[in-house]
Amino acid sequence: MSLELNDTLQGVVDGLSSEYSEDLIEVYQSCDHTYIRVEAKNIVDICSYLKKKHHFIFLSDVIGTDRYTSDERFEIIYNMMNLRTRDRLFIKIRVEEENPKADSVTSVWKSASWMEREIYDMFGIRFEGHPDLRRIFMPEDFEYFPLRKEFPLLGIPGSIELPNTTPDTE
Amino acid sequence: MGIESALGEGFFTTKIDSLTNWARANAAWPMPMGLACCAIEMMAFAGPRYDAARFGSEVMRFSPRQSDVMIVAGWSTYKMSHAIRRIWDQMPDPKWCIAMGACASTGGMHRCYGVVQGVDNYLPVDAYVSGCPPRPDALLHALMKIQDKIKTEHSVLLDT
Repeated sequence: MSLELNDTLQGVVDGLSSEYSEDLIEVYQSCDHTYIRVEAKNIVDICSYLKKKHHFIFLSDVIGTDRYTSDERFEIIYNMMNLRTRDRLFIKIRVEEENPKADSVTSVWKSASWMEREIYDMFGIRFEGHPDLRRIFMPEDFEYFPLRKEFPLLGIPGSIELPNTTPDTE
Repeated sequence: MGIESALGEGFFTTKIDSLTNWARANAAWPMPMGLACCAIEMMAFAGPRYDAARFGSEVMRFSPRQSDVMIVAGWSTYKMSHAIRRIWDQMPDPKWCIAMGACASTGGMHRCYGVVQGVDNYLPVDAYVSGCPPRPDALLHALMKIQDKIKTEHSVLLDT
């Protein structure tokens, strides 16, 4: 499929091809958006390059995905915007199932903090260099990662505590 | 200036249960526990069109210590359930509970790990209201059912 890129995104693809040619895995388009998959190890450098050189100053979302494959099971998608030309760009990295971890981009965008906490909460992917990696939705003592495919839809009975209904006996 | 002047020379007899039940049934002040869209219908229930004041329940008390009926309107997560139970425990006896809508009654469409599948898992519910969300008249119906229930209660121990 031939790519239909405007000036900003063409600049991004050309820039990444020359500066980070070893990390660039694939570029494709789907549903009017451009996706670039890169190696996970250099994600912080690539993100800060995109922010400084291509003005992608707004990180609108970070998404986790469980692909449920035997290798490179989890995927993290960074959804960023160029506020000057209003272009949106998706950067993807993949991480392994065994001890899943990725580098935190909180040093590039402060707003990544809660989004990475959410991904940690739901998928158990640890972000190295995150200032405060705690669960954000589920209780602190919850032992599972609910959006992983093997987690049952209705949860694990007894894994979250209900309130004591006989307070006088406490 | 008491009841004596109105009654003139006569008197009447009643049971203390009937008197307290009559008073309680017509002044069941709700504790609104609005957690989701059902709370909007609960506001209509209190507003002038449906007018819960006709049943003596117009005083929405946001303090649990002054309220008699807790209306759980909306879905309850496991995290929120501790706060709801704590508020329930702070309400003085006697107290009643309405589970308003499908979510509060059974978990409704939120059939997932984070939502308690019905508030009756940790609250003693007296009336369940079906609907998603229920119309304010359905909530009024539940309130009237609670009133019926109050009127049949025995709060004073009979000396037999």
